Amino acid sequence: MTAVITIAAKELHDGLRNRWAVTATVVLAGLALALAFLGSAPTGHVGVPPLAVTVVSLASLTVFLVPLIAIILSYDALVGEVERGTMLLLLTYPVRRWEVVAGKFLGHTLLLGAATILGYGAAGVAIIAVSAGDTVQPWRAFLTLIATSVGLGASFLALGYLISSLVRERATAAGIAVGVWLVLVLLFDMGLLGVLAATQGRGISPTVFSWILMLDPADVFRLINLTSFAEVRKYSGMTGLSTLAQVPLNALVTAMLAWIAVPLGLTIAIFSRRQL
Amino acid sequence: MSTVELSAIGKRYGRHWAVSGVTLSLEAGERLALLGHNGAGKTTLMKLMLGLIQPDAGSVRVLGGAAAAGNRTIGFLPENVAFHDAMTGRETLRFYANLKHRAEPECRALLERVGLSHAADRRVSTYSKGMRQRLGLAQALLGGPKLLLLDEPTTGLDPALRQAFYDIIRDLAAGGTAVLLSSHLLTELEERTDRIAVMNHGRLVAAGSLDALRAQAGLPVEIHLRTASGRQAVVASALAALSPQPQGQNELLLQCRAPDKMAILRAVAALGQDVADLEVVLPGLDAIYATFTGSDAKDAAA
Repeated sequence: MTAVITIAAKELHDGLRNRWAVTATVVLAGLALALAFLGSAPTGHVGVPPLAVTVVSLASLTVFLVPLIAIILSYDALVGEVERGTMLLLLTYPVRRWEVVAGKFLGHTLLLGAATILGYGAAGVAIIAVSAGDTVQPWRAFLTLIATSVGLGASFLALGYLISSLVRERATAAGIAVGVWLVLVLLFDMGLLGVLAATQGRGISPTVFSWILMLDPADVFRLINLTSFAEVRKYSGMTGLSTLAQVPLNALVTAMLAWIAVPLGLTIAIFSRRQL
Repeated sequence: MSTVELSAIGKRYGRHWAVSGVTLSLEAGERLALLGHNGAGKTTLMKLMLGLIQPDAGSVRVLGGAAAAGNRTIGFLPENVAFHDAMTGRETLRFYANLKHRAEPECRALLERVGLSHAADRRVSTYSKGMRQRLGLAQALLGGPKLLLLDEPTTGLDPALRQAFYDIIRDLAAGGTAVLLSSHLLTELEERTDRIAVMNHGRLVAAGSLDALRAQAGLPVEIHLRTASGRQAVVASALAALSPQPQGQNELLLQCRAPDKMAILRAVAALGQDVADLEVVLPGLDAIYATFTGSDAKDAAA
């Protein structure tokens, strides 16, 4: 177990040293602040708690950005080290293969988590500072947004390792990573929308539709953030969907955890069998 | 108990046997050189000993147990060792020391020993090939290994560094560490290893001390004669039975089997003033190596 911590500490150290963590934090904070202040402008003075609007716009941004950051961080975690030759030496040490994967996952998740918490947290603090204290802010929704952003990031980290454990070359891993990101973040929804349009919504029952959405971690993230909180739901345009078939929050959280555990487990299984 | 015992070991990649039928043992305190062309199976053999890959035939026993990855008493220096460029030398060694549960003072001592103290706080990306190699040796020495596997350790090192490298290895062997090093730089191994194993196409074609390999290879001993001025023809005719080959002016080359050497030297001495000088050249490692890995390598193994 100490090996996991040693490897995680090294990844953390690498991330801080090469300014990766700083860059990611600044990007996330900048975008969150921009959305917090500019995103609420169109709502004007109709008495909307700015945080609820921010949660909606931030959730839409997170769905694209966090998976991209995560998969870029993780796609070469294994294949890159194999290619450079550092993995061969590492595995002659008293380190089991699952510990290598777990250590990297822990280190990368902490980096990504810190960037998200600091970045989005900065936006949250800024909103408190400027908003009058007379309205009740949906803080639970905002905290859930931060937590699920880390969860979404973790699932794409795990997907990145899975890609990394499957291929022989970094370049192949990079290509597949971009493809996976594109499919899960964009194409899956577009395809689903296409099917709905073609069948005029009659092909798929609302319950089945909700479960299909679970097949994509980005949609799980959307469902948690846009439908679970009444204050947020008003502004998310998801009222229609959520009244049709509300998936219970714990089912969504379970789905998100599964999207982390399954790719990670597969990675360990595949990497453990890999010949070096 | 030998430190390493390989019996009839084989490893296959697809249909190709990278290593087959290799039986070899390595004793504590012994320095064994593994010689062979690229692709002869040297690295595969090391990976088998490290437990990084499993054999498809035969068995490997290392330090009294089955070979298993993560043995703390084995040190390994891979060919073209790579490190994380963003880390300093000291951080790199600390990282590996943590994995082997070794403490900080040992890292400092090892950096001192391989001569990297002055550069310990520089990033590895600024290191020269020789410095990386020394850092590689330092990590291999963590925890005082009982078995040290060095894959092409001296490629890219200048002669002074190479000397320092072999000094460290000699000290370790004297302390009871079994050292296996692979190389294709043959000449430098002659005085620096106890035993030599020659690999060719995944098979062990010869193993033994340099003398034993010389005898096994049956290569001729060469005797270079320098004759007195104008006496080349006289000497040549006196030694006609040995079929001397004229080599330019006043020089003759004789070739003989090792056991016949003394008889020939006596015959040469009997020629008196006609022979001004002579030099006996024993077959070097290069020649022996070429014999065992040449086209007739399979016959030599049989």
